[in-house]
Amino acid sequence: MAEVVLRNLTKRFGKVPAVEDVSLGVPDGAFVVLLGPTGAGKTTTLRLVAGLERPDAGDILIDGRSVLGEMPAQRDVAMVFQQYSLYPHLTVRDNLAFPLRSPILRWDEAAIEKRVREVAEVLRIAHKLGNKATQLSGGEMQRVSIGRALVRRPRIYLMDEPLSSLDAKLRAELRIELKRIQQELGATLLYVTHDQIEAMTMATHVGVLDRGRLVQFGTPREIYEDPVSVYVAERLGQPRINTLPADLFGTRPDGAATIGLRPEHIRIGEGREARVGRIERLGDQTRLHLTLDGHEIVTLTEVHTRLTPGDIVAIRPQAPLYFDAAGARVPSGR
Amino acid sequence: MSAHSITEPSATTKWISGGLVVAYAVVTLIPLLWIVATGFKTPADAISYPPKVVFDPTIEGYVNLFTTRTRVTPEQLESLPPPEGIAEEIVRSYGMVIAGPSRFGERFMNSVVIGFGSTFLSVFLGTLAAYAFSRFKIPLSDDLLFFILSTRMMPPIAVAIPIFLMYRQLGLSDTHLGMILLYTAVNISLAVWLLKGFIDEIPREYEEAALIDGYTRFQAFYKVVLPQAATGIASTAIFCLIFAWNEYAFAVLLTSGTAQTAPPFIPTIIGVGGQDWPAVAAGATLFLLPVLIFTVLLRKHLLRGITFGAVRK
Ligand SMILES: Nc1ncnc2c1ncn2[C@@H]1O[C@H](COP(=O)(O)OP(=O)(O)OP(=O)(O)O)[C@@H](O)[C@H]1O
Ligand SMILES: [Mg+2]
Repeated sequence: MAEVVLRNLTKRFGKVPAVEDVSLGVPDGAFVVLLGPTGAGKTTTLRLVAGLERPDAGDILIDGRSVLGEMPAQRDVAMVFQQYSLYPHLTVRDNLAFPLRSPILRWDEAAIEKRVREVAEVLRIAHKLGNKATQLSGGEMQRVSIGRALVRRPRIYLMDEPLSSLDAKLRAELRIELKRIQQELGATLLYVTHDQIEAMTMATHVGVLDRGRLVQFGTPREIYEDPVSVYVAERLGQPRINTLPADLFGTRPDGAATIGLRPEHIRIGEGREARVGRIERLGDQTRLHLTLDGHEIVTLTEVHTRLTPGDIVAIRPQAPLYFDAAGARVPSGR
Repeated sequence: MSAHSITEPSATTKWISGGLVVAYAVVTLIPLLWIVATGFKTPADAISYPPKVVFDPTIEGYVNLFTTRTRVTPEQLESLPPPEGIAEEIVRSYGMVIAGPSRFGERFMNSVVIGFGSTFLSVFLGTLAAYAFSRFKIPLSDDLLFFILSTRMMPPIAVAIPIFLMYRQLGLSDTHLGMILLYTAVNISLAVWLLKGFIDEIPREYEEAALIDGYTRFQAFYKVVLPQAATGIASTAIFCLIFAWNEYAFAVLLTSGTAQTAPPFIPTIIGVGGQDWPAVAAGATLFLLPVLIFTVLLRKHLLRGITFGAVRK
């Protein structure tokens, strides 16, 4: 329920730039996913917004007002930590009630109990309310940690890989729950994940970080279909985008050094001949490992393909992406 | 095998180690038992040779500990009304009457006030200082910590004379406040170091979570850090109390009347009525109790150092 603006935000730890000159506008009610490999500065960005770190330069505005001088409590944000950080001396119930008992909110106990129950039901931990926080499995701790954020109605939710320790089924369920809650409340949410499905299905905006710098910010589709660099293109897509010499298939646009091929950019049945190596049957998809002039290419084929290792298939690119030697996108010229 | 975790000792191991502990306890407790027993002996039994293991218990020692007595002539004794209570009866059997209460009660209370007062102050200041050292960037914090430790390097008694003179100037000699400050000064370095170790172990994430959950830093400290530092606080308090409770040298030097603690007082009991070992033993027995009770009361916290583990490492 708030708009967040990061303006030239920079945070260094000693010499290490964790966040470098990041400018970003998060509209009210947006679900922003931050992507980036480990160490890219995702957690640091959330901590800066929360007020747990003081930036070296730049500004953070919530609803148009700079919050740099404010304590975390005053900023009215809720955060799910990457390390769950449940209060170990409290029960699950008291952990969930903790934010509601804060001097800022001070709900009465009956209202707290009701709210805690609701949230516990949503997160499927109602049967664990009496447990000590230390007597939980990793996934249960993670859900309590999400719950501690969800009991409140803060201006902004910050979530750092909140579903990372859950099994596939629970993860899918909670993905839907979180998205539903966010939409119902019209909440503004900054969300860190490495999971492509989470990024693609939940986000209204995706920001890609590279060693502390924001390299692209856009809708999930833009990030996937129209990446500004190889680096961004590699963040999404399973199997990962194949990067090959640009002239492997003949003509190439000016300045292109590499061609990027996602499975949907590869037409099987015509073009250059490649040899089938490994075939990975993952159940819902079957991956084909091909070799072409010594380059490995991974693509998808029909789930019940009859191909076997050693077969030869012809492939050709279809509306591929091109990048220059530095990795920046080159228009395909068509 | 039962549902034991592999790190849990087997039943045999537990029995053997349990047996060893009991044997050790018996050996070390015999002198204590002897003191307790002596407290219930008559003066004659207390010094009889060979020592009496089986004897008729009496509370004479305790009566002598808590009273002052005067000798009276047999005629005066005859003329008194019949004795009231067992204490009076015991005293009269020695041809004496109770003249009034002894100073033991007062001295014991002095020990309680000074011992617990300085323990509270040491732990209170120590916790705050340890938290600051653990969480904030303090310039030269390592040097400061070492300085705090170094205050304990010289045996306190080496500075006894300067302290004696200083206390006299400041009017702190023989006052409760003076003794509380002195014992706190000695204990504080231990308290800071011990507690810093414990607080360092508490992940910052808990406080950060509390800050975000709407609490101020002090509230986060109070609601989240303190409960988890309970083990450290309890053990530090016990160490501080043991020192302040048992301290003898400064107590002799700096206290003589109003603020005299039990340790310098107990040996003087023996002079009051000749070889009154049972009274000394009774005083020593009572003197042992507060630390024992305090430790037992805090035991729950000492054994509960298992609160870690809700942060994913
Ligand atoms: N407290 C700190 N002190 C020193 N360096 C830090 C600190 N916190 C983070 N860093 C550094 O800042 C950089 C960014 O860290 P950050 O935790 O934001 O990464 P991340 O994108 O969240 O990674 P991950 O996906 O592994 O969680 C890293 O190089 C990290 O080593
Ligand atoms: Mg992180």
